[in-house]
Amino acid sequence: MRHAVAPAENVENHSFAVTGLFKICTHCERLGKKDLGIRIPRPLGNGPSRFIPEKEILQISKVDSRTQSIFEDAFAALGRLDNISLVMGFHPQYLESFLRTQHYLLQMDGPLPLHYRHYIGIMAAARHQCSYLVNLHVNDFLQVGGDPKWLNGLFEAPQKLQQLGELNKILAHRPWLLTKEHIEGLLKAEEHSWSLAELIHAVVLLTHYHSLASFTFGCGITPEIHCDGGHTFRPPSLSQYCVCDIANGNGHANHHDDLLGNQDMCGEVEVLMERMKQLQECRDDEEASQEEMATRFEREKTESMLVVTSEDEESAPPRDISRHFEDPSYGYKDFSRRGEQVPTFRAQDYSWEDHGFSLVNRLYPDVGQMLDEKFHMVYNLTYNTMATHKDVDTSMLRRAIWNYIHCMFGIRYDDYDYGEINQLLDRSFKIYIKTIVCSPEKTTKRMYESFWRQFQHSEKVHVNLLLMEARMQAELLYALRAITRYMT
Amino acid sequence: MEKMSRVTTALGSNAISGRTMFCHLDAPANAISVCRDATQVVVAGRNIFKIYALEEEQFVEKLNLRVGRKPSLNFSCADVMWHQMEENLLATAATNGAVVTWNLGKPSRNKQDQLFTEHKRTVNKVCFHPTEVYMLLSGSQDGFMKCFDLRKKESVSTFSGQSESVRDVQFSMKDYFTFAASFENGNVQLWDIRRPDRYERMFTAHTGPVFCCDWHPDDRGWLATGGRDKMVKVWDMTTNRAKEIYCVQTIASVARVKWRPERKFHLATCSMMVDHNIYVWDIRRPFIPFATFEEHKDVTTGIVWRHQHDPHFLLSGSKDSTLYQHMFKDATRPVDKANPEGLCFGLLGDLAFAAKESLITSDANRKPYPGGDRRYPMFFFKKPDPTEQFAHVSSALSVFETDLDSHRMDWFVKTAQLYLLSGKPFAELCDHNAKVAQELKRPQVSTTWTMLRIMFSDPANLATPGPNHNLGKLGTLPLMNSFSLKELGSGMGAESRLERSKGESRQDNIHLEPGNSYISNNEENEETEGSEGHPEYMFGDAELDDDDLYSMEHDNQTEEQEYTLPQEAFQLRHEIVDNPSAPEHLQQDKADSPHVSGNEAEVTCLTPIESFSLISISQPLFSPHLPASFFCPIVREMLSYYAEQGDVQMAVSVLIVLGDRIRKEIDDLTQEHWYMSYIDLLQRFELWNVSNEVIKLSTCSAITCLNQTSTTLHINCSNCKRPMSNKGWICDRYEHCGTVSLRCMC
Repeated sequence: MRHAVAPAENVENHSFAVTGLFKICTHCERLGKKDLGIRIPRPLGNGPSRFIPEKEILQISKVDSRTQSIFEDAFAALGRLDNISLVMGFHPQYLESFLRTQHYLLQMDGPLPLHYRHYIGIMAAARHQCSYLVNLHVNDFLQVGGDPKWLNGLFEAPQKLQQLGELNKILAHRPWLLTKEHIEGLLKAEEHSWSLAELIHAVVLLTHYHSLASFTFGCGITPEIHCDGGHTFRPPSLSQYCVCDIANGNGHANHHDDLLGNQDMCGEVEVLMERMKQLQECRDDEEASQEEMATRFEREKTESMLVVTSEDEESAPPRDISRHFEDPSYGYKDFSRRGEQVPTFRAQDYSWEDHGFSLVNRLYPDVGQMLDEKFHMVYNLTYNTMATHKDVDTSMLRRAIWNYIHCMFGIRYDDYDYGEINQLLDRSFKIYIKTIVCSPEKTTKRMYESFWRQFQHSEKVHVNLLLMEARMQAELLYALRAITRYMT
Repeated sequence: MEKMSRVTTALGSNAISGRTMFCHLDAPANAISVCRDATQVVVAGRNIFKIYALEEEQFVEKLNLRVGRKPSLNFSCADVMWHQMEENLLATAATNGAVVTWNLGKPSRNKQDQLFTEHKRTVNKVCFHPTEVYMLLSGSQDGFMKCFDLRKKESVSTFSGQSESVRDVQFSMKDYFTFAASFENGNVQLWDIRRPDRYERMFTAHTGPVFCCDWHPDDRGWLATGGRDKMVKVWDMTTNRAKEIYCVQTIASVARVKWRPERKFHLATCSMMVDHNIYVWDIRRPFIPFATFEEHKDVTTGIVWRHQHDPHFLLSGSKDSTLYQHMFKDATRPVDKANPEGLCFGLLGDLAFAAKESLITSDANRKPYPGGDRRYPMFFFKKPDPTEQFAHVSSALSVFETDLDSHRMDWFVKTAQLYLLSGKPFAELCDHNAKVAQELKRPQVSTTWTMLRIMFSDPANLATPGPNHNLGKLGTLPLMNSFSLKELGSGMGAESRLERSKGESRQDNIHLEPGNSYISNNEENEETEGSEGHPEYMFGDAELDDDDLYSMEHDNQTEEQEYTLPQEAFQLRHEIVDNPSAPEHLQQDKADSPHVSGNEAEVTCLTPIESFSLISISQPLFSPHLPASFFCPIVREMLSYYAEQGDVQMAVSVLIVLGDRIRKEIDDLTQEHWYMSYIDLLQRFELWNVSNEVIKLSTCSAITCLNQTSTTLHINCSNCKRPMSNKGWICDRYEHCGTVSLRCMC
């Protein structure tokens, strides 16, 4: 209800400046401003993603007017267009839903004060050492008036937020361990206690940022130019080469990719399609016994633990973000090594549609609706294509991916034959999924490239969206179930 | 008791009887169903599948259908139904997508009869045809409904819901060929069982999944649906387009809905989440449940009326692993606890009152109020139906308007607009505000401002004479339309106690006035000075006695008038004006009090700050060398007094103008209360600018942040005036940056 006059010219200038920067970066123009003594920051990465050639990403918004308009809206709302949005631009329908939800979670009316929301985002992202998200939200946190002292570490934050640390830890790595006692501990802590509505808000934020960290690593999102690690003041060229040329993504690497794909992995897609067809047809022929079905689930679950997330490969540079959470050693791997068993969670007994939604919507109105739309959107998103093939029904593949992720979290669907997963998801793909979902910080470019080589980048981004949302739903289900148990 | 007799009549010779009872199950139940003669009930869940006999005093386990060493997922039931024609026949829907039928007549331990594994996903619902023995219908998560002929190995027809998950299927009770299906996307479809190619009709019933539907047992056109959107809707399907005829809003998503037998307008519901109770609603009265069963400790998953023609027994299964039989006579009736009266003030002092018809029947004989009768009584009657035990309520709603001049809230609006809260030296602000109050004929307020100026200004300025205080007899408040209720009589005592405390706090003002009497010499102060010599307590007591006396008298008065307003709604003392024994400064208060009548909100929340210690120190007040801080307790008391009187405007204005001089004296919570009340009031009067100014000037963090939330900018193109919501800063129409100059509408 405030009257204000928006400074039109300013905004225009600003937007111009941004595009200007892109241009410089794209063509690596050398501006002779050194003489004036002005230090011009230059992007370190090339384009929004380390894995996907910049050209391809920027191409989308030029072609698709819908994406274009979503980008404009996002820019108008936030004053920036982050790399995550740019990459998600491959799937404008989803992006719209995603941005709306995120905007509502961070900016609109809700139980938590603004700086708390960003701080919780930082906590969640830090759990996965996702420096990209941490930096982004450190800026936002300070902008909405957060106390810079909190950024020194969780111990400087209010008691109330510190208590959230435990929940953050469990949710991120072993959500099945969450019990109603944890919830009770948060809700009944005298003066530092959380209200139910606040807790729901916090839980949604935590799960949102855990899974967004998965996406960030999974797509190799590069730091924003204005953030730490996103720019350099060094001159753009090293000897004769432009930075672009030696960086991944553009130029030769591109051609190389195509060549490699065509030669080595010829027919990968066809094999997959053939399998899907077979599964579709001979479904009723071999009626597996109930025991067999149960075993299949258990096998898949156990196996998912054993999929080794290769650690020796290059990982994201260690940044000083561990201070935002306690107990940095606590991770998914701990438990899989010890060979602990994940208890089975029956999806039919506590589902998002029937139970989770109602709880969220009751305590944090409208968010339930938005999440519901987002889950629906991502689960049903399809273009009926696979690589170069058109008119393919991919629902089976999408369901396999979704259920595989839930399987890793111990969530079992009675009406799903987990044998299908083995047929449809090959090992390198499973490794990728496992890494992204459980320890995203270990994702490497090689992993990204080694699965589904013939598929397009947009399809790989699609997979990442599935991973992200399936993970978010799984975490949410555990958290909400604990809250429900506490309430009854 | 009358209903007990009817149980037997309804059922003829084989009457059923029983009591509210329950038994523990081994595992959570997902669904229950009764056999036709109402003697047995089947309970199905993920880990349970049992039949219980319903005996007089208890449930007795009859049969465990879950046999085998390691029961398969086919036993994991999402739904169960007992055939209403063939008492040996049951069907279950399994979570793994199987549809299973069971024949209790089988000699072997395993009663499983047929197994259909045609569905690919969980089957949510199975339903037998009400009259056709071999016809079974199923609805599944995979978006298909299948019709089985139990004499065949496979389904006879498949109905496609276009890949939307089916949540419920129900055969119509009356139309042989029709069934209804409800879907996860909010749609309801009507199908003809003979035509699998296309639905007969489809409409959107709810936002979000429709979890359940139920045909009315008697009325062929009525279909009740319940959804995740917490609503139960009743649709009339006889017309061309399905018409919503009733809608009940519950507090949680509706998992099951079942019409109550023999009661045309009753239906029972239970919820899927959060709420564990079972409600029976009279759909004509959608705001309050007719009856509630509160026994379960976890969500109720299955409800069923025990007998098709008996409305008094309800069975329910729950996730808390219990099976209950509820007797209708043992149900809680929320109606009985509901407050049948409602009272609300309008913004401009209008008063609306709704009450049970019986309480205000004599209303018609009331004499019209001399100032012009502006009541608009409206009566809602329901036809009493002798067959129902519903306590029918017809309420009368009366609206009372204030008469035109005396009780308007104009003063509030004017004051809000004219007061200056910042931007000038303190003394000038006070003077300005005093003048504003003066012009609005609020001498006490005016005096207060002047005194504040004197108290907190530099001694140098003290010489400035304060404006005169004319104690005009302001518009006395005539007794407005009022009504009295017997129940409210008891509240009277409390009210007069409140008055007492107000009287006491007034004493401090008395001190205050003598404090500056040497500056502003008006007759009022002389009078109070006269009272100086007397012990204050005496003085106060005498005054209070008066007060009490008066209110007592008033009380009687209202009882004689059979239709008068409860007195606490207005200031009691408005007529004391003519009471000769009251000291004059008291009248000042009274002059102020009528204005307060419109502010209903803020009177309640404020806690008076007790500090009567001042009473004992009387002499030092007269010293001319007092530091400003000396007055702080007095001012604090005064602010509390104003706030308590309902004039938060004054409290907040003074708070802002005095700023740091007083802020630390008042605890933050109280300040926040005042600010919130005042801002709320300002916004009701649509004084957005003033409210924004107050928000800006406030020092409470909770208040200042009000400005930072819920702010939406709507931007229109300056060329074509169309909203630019869609494309950022670019207008759709012109495809150019339509932002020569942006205009903002809020």
